[in-house]
Amino acid sequence: MTSESMGWWGVLLGVSAGAVRGGTPFLLVSLGECLTEKSGKINLGLEGTLLMGAMSAYAFSYKTGSPWIGVIAAGIAGALMGAVHAFLVTRPKVNDIAAGIAMLIFGSGLAFFLGKPYIQPSAPQLSPISLGGWSDTAQIQAALKISPIFFLGAGIAFAMNWFFRSTRAGMHVRAVGDSPAAARALGISVERTRILSIVAGSALAGVGGAHLSLFYPGAWTEAISSGQGLMAVALVIFSRWNPVHCLYASLVFGGAQAVGPALQAVGVSTGYYLWNASPYILTLLVMVATCSPKRTLVGAPGALGASS
Amino acid sequence: MLIPPPPARPEKPLPLELVKITKRFGSFVANNEISLSVPPGTFHALLGENGAGKSTLVKCIMGFHQASEGDILIGGHSRSIKSPYDAYQFGIGMVYQHFTLVPAMTVAENLVLSRPDIPRVIDWKMEMARLRKFMETAPFQVDLLTPASQLAAGEKQKVEILKQLYLDTKFLILDEPTSVLTPVEADEVLGLIRKKVESGLLSVLLITHKFREVFGFCDEITVLRRGQFAGRGLVRDMTADQMAEMMMGGPRESKTVSKSSSNRGKAALNLKDLWADKDSGVPAVEGVSLTVHEGEVVGIAGVSGNGQRELVEVLAGQRTSTSGEVNIHGQPYRATREEAFAHKVFLLPEEPLRNGCVPQMSVAENMALRSFDRAPMTRAKCFINRKAIRQNAVEMISRYSVKTRSPETPIGDLSGGNVQRAVLARELGSGSENILVAANPCFGLDFAAVASIHAKITEARNRGVAVLLVSEDLDELLALSDRLLVISHGKLVYETIPAEADIKTIGHHMAGH
Repeated sequence: MTSESMGWWGVLLGVSAGAVRGGTPFLLVSLGECLTEKSGKINLGLEGTLLMGAMSAYAFSYKTGSPWIGVIAAGIAGALMGAVHAFLVTRPKVNDIAAGIAMLIFGSGLAFFLGKPYIQPSAPQLSPISLGGWSDTAQIQAALKISPIFFLGAGIAFAMNWFFRSTRAGMHVRAVGDSPAAARALGISVERTRILSIVAGSALAGVGGAHLSLFYPGAWTEAISSGQGLMAVALVIFSRWNPVHCLYASLVFGGAQAVGPALQAVGVSTGYYLWNASPYILTLLVMVATCSPKRTLVGAPGALGASS
Repeated sequence: MLIPPPPARPEKPLPLELVKITKRFGSFVANNEISLSVPPGTFHALLGENGAGKSTLVKCIMGFHQASEGDILIGGHSRSIKSPYDAYQFGIGMVYQHFTLVPAMTVAENLVLSRPDIPRVIDWKMEMARLRKFMETAPFQVDLLTPASQLAAGEKQKVEILKQLYLDTKFLILDEPTSVLTPVEADEVLGLIRKKVESGLLSVLLITHKFREVFGFCDEITVLRRGQFAGRGLVRDMTADQMAEMMMGGPRESKTVSKSSSNRGKAALNLKDLWADKDSGVPAVEGVSLTVHEGEVVGIAGVSGNGQRELVEVLAGQRTSTSGEVNIHGQPYRATREEAFAHKVFLLPEEPLRNGCVPQMSVAENMALRSFDRAPMTRAKCFINRKAIRQNAVEMISRYSVKTRSPETPIGDLSGGNVQRAVLARELGSGSENILVAANPCFGLDFAAVASIHAKITEARNRGVAVLLVSEDLDELLALSDRLLVISHGKLVYETIPAEADIKTIGHHMAGH
């Protein structure tokens, strides 16, 4: 059976497959941003971190022959980027938006610079986990070849939810992000908690990059992230700072990305570029829908982005 | 002498003694050789005006600051308290003036979070069972599953105190704990704490400036003045005047301007079924209707967080109402700059640095915010006359005794009381106001400043100004208002005349019963 013969089912299948495949980097970055923002700081530099992660993963996979060492390298690269951001934003009077934009540009530039030698060679890829063995249809089998990073991310989403609710460290992160003054009165180190949250969040974003270069699209190029790291920030707002909602929102954004290609596959090519822009349009719509001059967002960490 | 290691955590309150504590910040001496002794099972009051060094002193006990010199003796042994955690180990806990609850967390989460020994992984089933058991013996009840952000101020304060009891605190420091409570609630809370003290389970150090609380609940007082020790004594041997004299270093001067007999004129400010939302989109002001006449002070009493802030913000133009009307002299009023100028509406907002100033701009510029775009401060409707702005500021600074290095100092560098005076100068200095809206105008000010602001408000009223006074201080409202309204949950629920007012009844309505 071909795509044409599947008709609109093919479109649905394409979008669903794309939701998981394309949503994975959104998921990891948004979870990282969620953790960072819960501690009261914003990291706009995760786009740069994502690229550093993608580059490191590819380079280490190529050098060692093991994609999983690449994934670990991506996490470490992310953590290092996070450490720089954390160092900057915990200085007095440093604005985290400005620092984030600087880190975005720095991270992208560094990734392009260090990644130049790895554009050509091909590195071992992460092997997918196939859930489509029950079906004879090639499309379904292909659609159900799922990135191990996705399962990792989905697991982290639920684990993070539990972490915020039922662990001491998680409660400290929430306290610091919602009311640093209260946290200080409780003897919690605001600075230390924020540094650790930012570093851990950036490590997650780095791992998201590994999915890009080692699974889908599965190569290292400079155009590999196309703003996904930035969109993930909007996605966290969309998810009301809830990690499990981040999972659902990532799937929606990933699906939106796949609408254009899926339509093209069934022969609808009108407005192909417009459909490709749908994640960006979705980002704008989310921002417009959730912003109001009259009320603050429910669930927003109280001290988010405030300089302290 | 051999100092025994600190006991695990005291079972009973231990005597606490401060010996010649000195705390310096650079060249500034915040506390100079302060000594103080609290025997176990007593209720001790620490009195002093703003800036007397009370907070610094208790922060040394709590381990937020380290004393530059002097000793803290607990149970007769000199101890060093380096952090709030050390204080906790000695059974010392504090309820702060500002809430230390995490707004997004439930009461249960807040209580558990406050425990320094919470396990890495929290077993909520077990914790909830423990909390429920604790609540059975607690002096007051609060729903454990409500987020702290949804609690009224009084309930928050109760949770703060519950937190200390939950932590098994034996030496409790209370920093002006009743400023957000109704008189009835304050008496209830302090009464229950007093009971614990009398049973020998607790010692209390209460920071306050309310004599009513000192006489009602305290055994002994220590008074600070400008960082110096200014006196101590047993409450039963003292009078309020003696205490005030210690606090101010001289007898209390009462320069109250007497209210002229009612000269109520025509209606000036009229609100009709006014509604406004909180930041969260929930209604905060729910159908408020009231009229303020010329030459009349209308007071609005209420526990903070019952819609007063939003109401004042609507009148100040900081918040849009969702429905209803504001009329001034029969004309609709939307609080634009032009309208405020035309109707001569002036405002003493609460937290003046946040609501009435641009912190980075100079004192002179802030004092000109009402009039900088008009002659003589603006020439030819276009060019700012900095000389006129400075001249105006120099005059205001001396008339209202604002303590600032120069008119060019950023207003954010001034102390709270001086910011308040600067705003007062700007709003009342021209003497041309028709309508004055004041929100907690005396919050955190010392006796002298309070008396002078009260005199200014009464003077304005006698001149025929319509005054709307929103305050959490019932004594202030009773002294100044001609009519008193009570707001609860965004609605005006009670009206009375101060001369006939019964504090209990007012408190009852404030609490929303």
